[in-house]
Amino acid sequence: MGLTVGYVVRRFCLFALVVWVGASLNFFVPRLAPGDPAAAMISRMEAAGGRVEDPAALIAEYREIFGLDEPLWVQYAVSMRNLFKFEFGLSISQFPANVRSLIINALPWTTGLLLTTLLISFTIGSIIGALMVWPGGHNIFKLVSPISMVFAAIPYYLMALLLLWVLAFNYSVFPSFGAGQVGKSLEGLDRFVEIIYYSMLPGLSIVISSIGLWAVTMRGIMVTTLGEDFLLLAKAKGISASRIFFWYGMRNAMLPQTTGLAIAVGQILAGSVIVEILFSYPGIGHLLYKAIGMNDYPLIQGITFLMILSAAGAVLIMDLIYPRLDPRITYTSN
Amino acid sequence: MDIKKIRTRALFLNLPLSFGIFILAGLLVVGWLGPYFLSDERIELAKYDFGLAVSNEHWLGTDTFGRDIFTFTIHALIPTLTIGIIAGGTATGLGVVLGLVSGYIRGPLDSFIRTLSDVAMTIPSLAVLIVIASYLHNTTITMMALVVALFAWPWATRVIRAQTLTLREKPFVAVSRLNGDGELNIAFRQVLPNLLPYIMSAFAGTVNAGILAAVGLQILGLGPVDVPSLGLMLDESFRAGSMVRGMWWWWLPPTLILATLFIGVFLATVGLDQIANPRLKTKG
Repeated sequence: MGLTVGYVVRRFCLFALVVWVGASLNFFVPRLAPGDPAAAMISRMEAAGGRVEDPAALIAEYREIFGLDEPLWVQYAVSMRNLFKFEFGLSISQFPANVRSLIINALPWTTGLLLTTLLISFTIGSIIGALMVWPGGHNIFKLVSPISMVFAAIPYYLMALLLLWVLAFNYSVFPSFGAGQVGKSLEGLDRFVEIIYYSMLPGLSIVISSIGLWAVTMRGIMVTTLGEDFLLLAKAKGISASRIFFWYGMRNAMLPQTTGLAIAVGQILAGSVIVEILFSYPGIGHLLYKAIGMNDYPLIQGITFLMILSAAGAVLIMDLIYPRLDPRITYTSN
Repeated sequence: MDIKKIRTRALFLNLPLSFGIFILAGLLVVGWLGPYFLSDERIELAKYDFGLAVSNEHWLGTDTFGRDIFTFTIHALIPTLTIGIIAGGTATGLGVVLGLVSGYIRGPLDSFIRTLSDVAMTIPSLAVLIVIASYLHNTTITMMALVVALFAWPWATRVIRAQTLTLREKPFVAVSRLNGDGELNIAFRQVLPNLLPYIMSAFAGTVNAGILAAVGLQILGLGPVDVPSLGLMLDESFRAGSMVRGMWWWWLPPTLILATLFIGVFLATVGLDQIANPRLKTKG
């Protein structure tokens, strides 16, 4: 019951497999594309209006720095070893900035915003979801049910667009981009408030569009849980209906719901991309977007690797914690 | 009334499904017939003045490339739907084959397919899609749809596999075996037809995921630029700063249509789920 050694080992192996596959994809896909990145870079520089002296030597130099002249398997081995050390190399578009330091600068913005919104929408959404099924609940909750399901279908970036338009451009309630006023540097509490103010809009759009999702899944799980026999027993024992609902029903429903939460945490980095682009919020997603625009492959690959790592890591942690939360689950052999 | 009539009636009386199909059919018809009334020339570059507002001549104004937006939107409907259908079809097709084989034959093949789908599900699709798409310059509609399908298939495989596991224990399978039918024969001719509701539900789900991922990629500027599509409209309008310039007629229509499209597919999914699993019909 609970965790067995075999189970833990299997989960770790899966984690390693996922990360390895992801990293390998990350390595091979760019190299499958035709063309030599170094030469492409030079031609881009020339196209931008500069005159490049002795391009051949420059290309050779680039190739050496980025290790492009070694045989493929050597590059692969080097790349894998570097990933292990979280060495992502130098950024092309923001040369000579180190990819790792760029990521570290952008990371807190993304994680701060998304963790907060995730927790808020998860909590509110789950409560609403449970209330939608509560037999003793107000009728308004029953009405909310189909409406919220419909809204859950709309992807969050569309919601973000509408909010952006209404609240930022039409009515100027919130600032439309960035994470702080340009040209003014605030300290301490002022800065803190300013950060919150600028994060409201992206945060709000994520919350509004995700609440529906959590509510819908919670509702589904509750419907299943409410049919369970042990609730019937509790009722026969004379326990009040609302107690049964919250302490027996909701508590058990939270378990599968939490699985969803773990997966969502893993997807934070990936999901942030579009929201950050829309609001020019200086997080990982925005960094990725700029990297794409500039064909900054080291940066793209560094960020992607991080996304894969966090997603796989979240699943691993959830798989390891869940059996402790729910002792009924026994993970025997597949 | 014979069983066929009752069954068909049940299909149509299912509200979510009917609404969903109605919406989708509507978009399909408009997208298909529209281009015949609104010719291609209206979306040629620099055909009209740039950035005109809504008027009688241009129902949705023009964009910064000089194209009539209303016409562009109509022309963009079918490609957007096509991406979804190709992505969904490929993913579901893969899912059915892999799920059926995996669930029916079991053994090491099953473990392999399951591990593969677990890995594909855990890797955040958007991240890898971005990497892939950013290296494929000049994508076409089909290419993008296939790339998107790469990450949609595991979910379909899971659903089909789970159902296959249940179905293979049913008596009619044993009867077939006693009759001397081969295993693959049984799998594809006996079990598969019973999977139909789940296949349809998986199809709706993968189409949804496909369009979602495709539009997401297009907003990042990684989609095909040679064919009009709703995602492309969003991408181009952002780059031209349509928000800041107040050109709501450029980004709002594709947004609303996409929202409607998602709602339509969602309703169809709910309806199909209810048909596949009538227990879901309890509330709301």
